[in-house]
This record gives sequence, structure tokens and C-alpha cells, in this order.
Amino acid sequence: MKPELFTKDTTAIVYGYHVNAIQRMLDFDYACGRKVPSVAAIVNPGSEGVHKVFFGKGEVLLPMYKNFAAAAAKHPKADVVVNFASYRSAFDSSMEALNHPNIRTVCVIAEGVPERRARILAATAAKLDKMVIGPATVGGIKAGCFKIANTAGTYENIVESKLHRPGSVGFVSKSGGLSNECYNIIARNTDGLYEGIAIGGDAYPGSTLLEHILRYEAIPAVKMIVALGEIGGTEELRIVEALKAKKITKPLVIWVTGTCSKMFPAGVQFGHAGAKAGSDLETADAKNAALKAAGAVVPTSFDDYGVKINETYERLVKKGSIKPAADVAAPVLPMDFAQALKEGKIRKATTFINTISNEKKEELEYLNIPISKVLESQMGIGGVIGLLWFKRRLPDYGNKFLETALMLTADHGPAVSGAHNAIVAARAGKDIISSLASGLLTIGPRFGGAIDGAAQQFKRAFDAGLTPEQFIRDMKGKGANIPGIGHKVKSLTNPDMRVTQLKAFCKKNFKKTDLLDYALAVEQLTTKKKGNLILNVDGCIGIAFVDMLSSSGQFTKDESDNIVNMGCLNALFVVGRSIGIFGHIFDQKRLKQPLYRTPYDEIAYMTDL
Amino acid sequence: MAQRGIREYEGKKILFDGLAKTIPSFKGKSEKLALVTPATDPKKLVKDHPWLLKEKLVAKPDQLFGKRGKHGLLCLNKDFKAAWAWIAERMNKTVTVGKTTGELNVFMIEPFTPHSEDAEECYVAIRAYRDYDTVYLSNKGGIYVEENWDKVKETRIPVLSSIDEVKLNMPEFGRRKDQIEEFVRALYKVYAEGHFTYLEINPFTFSGDEIVPLDLVARVDDTAAFECTKIWGDLEFPSSFGQKHTKEEEFIRKIDEGTGASLKLTMLNPEGRVWNMVAGGGASVIYADTVCDLGFSKDLANYGEYSGDPSAEDTYQYAKTILDLMTRKKDPRGKVLIIGGGIANFTDVAKTFKGIIKALTEYKAKLVDGKVKIYVRRGGPNYKEGLANMRKLGETLGLPIEVYGPETHMTAVVSMALNPAPAAPACKPAKAGGKK
Repeated sequence: MKPELFTKDTTAIVYGYHVNAIQRMLDFDYACGRKVPSVAAIVNPGSEGVHKVFFGKGEVLLPMYKNFAAAAAKHPKADVVVNFASYRSAFDSSMEALNHPNIRTVCVIAEGVPERRARILAATAAKLDKMVIGPATVGGIKAGCFKIANTAGTYENIVESKLHRPGSVGFVSKSGGLSNECYNIIARNTDGLYEGIAIGGDAYPGSTLLEHILRYEAIPAVKMIVALGEIGGTEELRIVEALKAKKITKPLVIWVTGTCSKMFPAGVQFGHAGAKAGSDLETADAKNAALKAAGAVVPTSFDDYGVKINETYERLVKKGSIKPAADVAAPVLPMDFAQALKEGKIRKATTFINTISNEKKEELEYLNIPISKVLESQMGIGGVIGLLWFKRRLPDYGNKFLETALMLTADHGPAVSGAHNAIVAARAGKDIISSLASGLLTIGPRFGGAIDGAAQQFKRAFDAGLTPEQFIRDMKGKGANIPGIGHKVKSLTNPDMRVTQLKAFCKKNFKKTDLLDYALAVEQLTTKKKGNLILNVDGCIGIAFVDMLSSSGQFTKDESDNIVNMGCLNALFVVGRSIGIFGHIFDQKRLKQPLYRTPYDEIAYMTDL
Repeated sequence: MAQRGIREYEGKKILFDGLAKTIPSFKGKSEKLALVTPATDPKKLVKDHPWLLKEKLVAKPDQLFGKRGKHGLLCLNKDFKAAWAWIAERMNKTVTVGKTTGELNVFMIEPFTPHSEDAEECYVAIRAYRDYDTVYLSNKGGIYVEENWDKVKETRIPVLSSIDEVKLNMPEFGRRKDQIEEFVRALYKVYAEGHFTYLEINPFTFSGDEIVPLDLVARVDDTAAFECTKIWGDLEFPSSFGQKHTKEEEFIRKIDEGTGASLKLTMLNPEGRVWNMVAGGGASVIYADTVCDLGFSKDLANYGEYSGDPSAEDTYQYAKTILDLMTRKKDPRGKVLIIGGGIANFTDVAKTFKGIIKALTEYKAKLVDGKVKIYVRRGGPNYKEGLANMRKLGETLGLPIEVYGPETHMTAVVSMALNPAPAAPACKPAKAGGKK
């Protein structure tokens, strides 16, 4: 296969929806001044569409496919696959990619791919004259051209290590973590990296140290080769053979790690799966000695690895075989919003304000009271309404009053418009939310509005200092009924028990009942005109509610006006009545009632009119 | 995760079940294997394995070491009572095998197969290499295989080939040739399907027309566990003979198993004064190397690593374990903790340091008391924040903490820690390499 794996035009298919790695690849592209993003497409098993990602200062859309075949068919120029599949599926997906005619290079990130599977991948790649990098690797990077996945870390590191433009050094290691360290060492001691590959720490990587060293040997722009080997395996001994056979003629600086193993108990497994000496030949000391004897530049410890790289580089510069690559300034990458915010470099005006609850605390809070305390206090649903609607911890009688109101308003039979509509919707086969909404939408000035209306009208008249007579006259002048007054059948002598009990509760618990007293005075006058013009349950709830607010002493006049004007009483009715409406919906569903059709005899057809 | 030795008992079970698919004489053989540990109750054992009372038996330790005959650790041709007594006499006893000393605590029992040693002991092994597996076959097995290694016939089976396509190199087996060839081919299939990386039967012999494997050594690739649940059953991976894990090593191993990240700890010398807490499988080796290369191998207390973006909580547990170990005993010269690492690709340095900082804060008094000096070197995502937090910690804890980033050569802190230069200021950051 051709020694160059990547160019400035190379594009890849990324298998797996790894958004950070994809962003980092495109950030690298920006640093290099690439015109086209290095990611052509994403394969995201189970999902398709597009993925939006930054490309420099702007954004681009990357197509996303459900399977590899579709992505490869649509993007014939992409010849690299960056495979993020897990160890379970990495083999099958890598084989599929490897066998596709478009693909030349497959990089397998997963750790824990079974060795036999990895060996099959390697043998298949050899047979097809293709390249596998990994498994168990971070990938690799060709400076100024193409970067695999998370290689070389952050943008800052890429620029610091001069990876956005090519230098003269070819690098290969097993370890992915150390490859990044070595790019730093190379940047500080030479004119920079040309290409770096981490083959992965497994026992049988898809491609070997030697394969990449021989590629670098064949690439004219690579003037020297740096490698990092590891205890275990005989791979470095093949490098020794290649040195002896003069297959490697460029200067090679190499260090084999694991020299400490001689003082370790037998059987210690280092961090990499392949890092375990099976025989004396596989120890780091033996391999370092053999490499040195074969003509490689071998430091005495990792401490002077950089020194040896530098010496070798300077020698080549002096000889004239390296013309140091010029430093190129990388463009400044706009900082990510989240990062800038975290570092306190920017601030942002919010678009919403919230003052009633906080789910971001250790425990959910209603008005700064942790939900566990809300439960412990036994404030009930009335107390919760107090916290979330009025932002007050209401007195117990206030909570009790609100709960009573909810109980009283919960239902008023199937005939009223709200329940009726909900029943019709439920019987039409609609879901519970639609059915509920269909009922609730009838609530307004004519149905259920009396509570709100009574509170508003009586409060207005009382606050304006109108006598009951003046108030009645005033309403009559407007041509309006007094909301909260009147009942179909009940009268003073045949009182509505709900009203009787509610009045008694208020009288007993509230510190004052000014508005209720005023309303009862009005009732005295209206019932004189007609027996059933009593204060009804809606009116009583609305009016007593106003008394509850002022009785608690927790609200200024403006605040309680505001509460009434915002429509809180309508809200109370909606919450209460929802309970009953749900009851009717469930009732219909339980009874499996069919579609309702209004009978003809309910409708007067008078089309001539 | 890597290649792991398995017990002969488990290896034979897998082997016999696999071979039974093509060779009828192996049917039921995997039932006639018994494992004995200190917890085994002989009555229950006999109840589960009635064959133990009916046949002559072999008993031997099953703890991943070979040459048991040579060390007098083979009990041959005995009934159950005698075999049990033989095991009981050795259970929990310390023995030295070769260079390794350890406690005997796992034995296996199987049926005894009478045979003549010279004439009927053969050898077969299969070993994985990168491009092929090699089958080794010899008609001189048992203790004679090594002195006759030149007579061993080798056959390479390329990775992409099936064993059925490959011609086997066979030594002289006489009338048993076809039978042995069939056996070896079946054996290879079990080896490949079971993700073995090494399999050695030395010797195998014959009982009438049947092939009987006597001693088995096997290693499997533990990363294949997800493919092999059926074949392996509930396979466990024992530590090598004589290797004992400390409580702390076990603790870290448990955390390691429960996370996608990697956390490793091996104690080398609990009295050592140099402690490493290094990020990265590759970097951790280099830090240990450098300590040894500088001539301080006797002072090196531990090997370990954390990598793969572990959570702050896992790093905290890891750091706490090391800090606890290193502050148990004092050293008049004080101790050194190296919090090292390369330039991470994607591990969040600030996040992992958060866990370490929490542990350091907790152990402040003990660290001061033990005269612990701390050296930090790290790079990667959010490293500036991580290093700044470490510096701040040094100021607030009153602990000497020296902190370096990518501008300092990765292992420079090791020589700083071990050879503090006599003249102050001792620890100016050394530049990576020789560039002036």
C-alpha cells in the first residue's frame, strides 16, 4: 500500500456518535486551514439525519446514517473509518469497513477486542493491502492534514505542539496517552511532527511499530523516526532485524519502556494488555540493548529521550538534510460558550426569571423549602398552592380553606358544560388530556367564572365604600347580574349546606370576615326581591378567599388585589374541577361508552330562518 | 485485560465438552472432574461425584504451576479415601515450586488412567502468534518432551485459514495416526472457538481405543468473555501461584471492575519511600522505570495507574488507598509522592485532580507528620485549572507540593523528587529535552 495514509483532503466516516471527538477533528481542520471538514459522515446505528458541528467560526451539518453501507455509498471519497464501536461490536463493524472497496484505513478505538478477532483484522488488512490502526488506541495524527478522533487532546495542545503544520519527524508508539506526551517532546526538540500513530497497547495490534516505521522510511518528507516500544512481545526485535537488513536507513530514536520489570514480581500485568514479558527476549532491557546494537539511537532512560531526539535532529540540520519547517501561526479558535462562561470570561443576560421553585438544589425546593420539609409539615395541597401561587407559607386555616374550596368545586355532575364536553370528547375516543382540555376550555364568563367574578365585583364595591344598596343599583345600571348571587332552587329557608358550612368555617377561623359580612348584607336585600337570590357556593368561595388573604395579614392591599386580578380564583376552580372532569372521563372509559351523537330531537332544524 | 492462565480443572471441562461434539469417547468426561478447596466437604463431594468411590484416582494441586510430578505433588492410582487423605495432608501447606513459594489450597481429582510411561505418552500444544497458531506434536511426551524438542513437529495454521485446509505435520504415531490427527483437529477447533491463547497437553495417552489427556496447561484471552459465556461457563481467573493480593490491591481491583475507566495497584514494597500515583497505562510504566533507572528501585513502593477518564469519586478512592498505605509507617528521610502523568488526550485533568485533592485534604495531618513531599506533573484537558488547584492546595495544607505542566519533561519530577539538588532553588522546571 502507498506509504501516505492521509492528505489534507482525506475525509473519514466516523462510526459512533461521539460528538466531542468529531468536534475536535473539525477544530484541528480549522487549525490546519483545511477547506473541507475531515469528517464526511457519521454512522449512528439506530438514528439518521444530520449533526450540527462547528467548523471554525461557523457551523456545518454532517450527514448521519443508520449503517455503514449507506454512508460509504453516499461518500465514495471517504477512505478512512474512525470506529468508536464498543469492544462487542468493534470486530464486525471494522470487518465491514475493511472489506468495503472505498476504505483504505480503519482505526479501531475500542479497548478489549478479543485477541483472535484483532488477529483476524490484522490478517485481513494485510491480505487486502489496507491499514488497521488499533484496537485500543486513541488513533493518530498527520500534522497539518488529518487527525483521528481524540488524538492530541485540546486545541491549545495541538497548537502548542505545532501539530497544525508538518515538521520532519515520523513517530509511532503503542501507547495512546504517551503519544500525546511525545508530540510535545518532539515539538520542543525538533521542527515538529510529520505524522504520529499510536498502534494500541494490545498484544496483537492491527498494524505494528515496524509497519509504520517502514512507511516513514518511504516518505521523503520524514527525515527522522522516533518510536516508543514497550515490554512484552517481540515486535521491537523485528525492528532490530529491519535495521540490520538496512530496511531502515533514516535515523531512529527509540526507547522501550518497562525497564523496571526486573524488580517486579513475576506476573505483574502493566497497564497495557500486551505489556508482559513472556521470555527474557521480551524484556525492555534486552530490546533496548538489541536496538542499540543494531544502530538505533537509544537513550539511557526516558529522562534523556528528548535530549537524544534533539541531538539527532540538530545533527540532521547541520548536515543539511533537514531544512527546519517554518513556524506557522494557527488561527485563534473562538472559545466555546460553555467554557468561556465557566472561566468567567463572558456573561450573558438571562431570558427567564423564576422565583418559586428550584430543582437544581440538592433536593427539589418549593419556595426555598425542601420538598421533604414540605411533606413533613403536612401543609397539604392547600399549603403547596400557597407556596407556589402566592409565595407565602399560609396559616393552617388558609391551607384548609383552599383545600375545602378544591373539594367543593371538584364536581357538579355530568350536565354542566365542562363535564359534558369532556364526556363527549372521551366518548369520541380522545385521550385524557384532550378530553380534559375540551372540558376546561368551557370555563369562562358563563361557566365557572362566578367565583372570580364575585370576588372581583364584591371587592371592588367594598373597597369603593359602596353600601349594599348602592352596589346593587350599580350592577343593575350596568345591566349585569351580580356574580355569586342566585341558585336554581336553594333559598334562605332551604339553604345550600355547602355555603352554610363554609360560612361557619370562616367565621370560626378567620380573624375577620369583612367582605363576607358585606356579601351577606347584599344577600339580605336580594333575597327580599326573590327567595333564591342567595349567596351561592361560588360567590361564597370567592368572597371568603379575599377575606382569607386579608385575615392572614401576609399581603398588602396591592398584593391581594393583584392575586384576585391575575385570575387565581379561576385557577382554583380549574384545579378543583379537573378532578371531577377526570372522574367523568374515566367513568366513560370504564363503561366503554360509544361515540356520542346529539339526537335529532334535541335539535330544531330551522334552516329557513 | 489480557491473556490469563486458567485452572486445569476448568480447562479440561471446556476441552472435554468441546471435544465431545466430534469425538464420542469424550462424552461425559467433563463430569468426572472434581475440584477441592479448603471449604470442600468430602461427603457432599462424593454425593455430587459418585464416580469418586468407584474408580482409582489422580489428585494434584491445581494452581497454575507445572512439574508437579517432579515436586512430589502427584497422587496416582489411589482410592478416594487415600486421595482425600493425601490432599488433606497438603491443604493450606506452604511449598516451594521452582523459585516460587506459595500456599496449596486448590486441588483437582480425576480418574486414573493406567499406561506405560515411555511408550504411550505423547505431547500436543497450540500457541497463538500474530499471524498464525502453531500446533506442536510429539510422540515423546511427558518428561521426555524437552530433551526431545528437536523431534517435535510443528504446523502453522494461518489466522485466516481453517484447520481443515491445513496439512498437519505428524510425527510417527503408527496405527494411532488417524485417531490422533482427528483429535488434534478437534482440539484446535475448541482452542479457537474458546479463545484460548495457549494450550498444552503433556502428556496425553491411551486407554484402549480412547485418547486420554493427562496434564493440561491453558491460557485464554479474557477479553473474549462476552463471546464465550456458553463455552466457558462461570470461568474464574486465579492469580498465579504464590501471588497474594493485599486487601488494598483487592479493593482497587473491585473498583476497576466496576468502571469503564482503568485503576490498577500492585504493591512492591510497603516500606518503600517512593510512591507513584500516575495517570495512564504507558506513563505509569515510564515513571516506575525512571525510579529504577535512577537507582531507587528498592525504594519504589508501588506500581499503579489510573486512566480512561475515571470519575472524581473513583480517583478519590484510589488516591485515598495510596495515601493510607504510604502514611502507615514513617521513614526518617520522609517520603515522596509523585502525582505524575503525560498530556492526556481526553481525560479531564481538573476533574480527576478533584478526587486526589479531596483525599490529600483528608490525609493532611498524616502527610505532614510523615514528612511527605509531593510532586505533580500533568497536562491535558483543563490541566491549567487542575494544576492551579494543586498549587492552591499546597498553600492551604502547608504541605510541600511542587506542580509542573507540559513545559517540564514528563519524568523530570522523578529526579527532582529523588535527587533534590543541594543548592536552592532546587526545583526550577527543567525543560523537556536539551533545547536551550
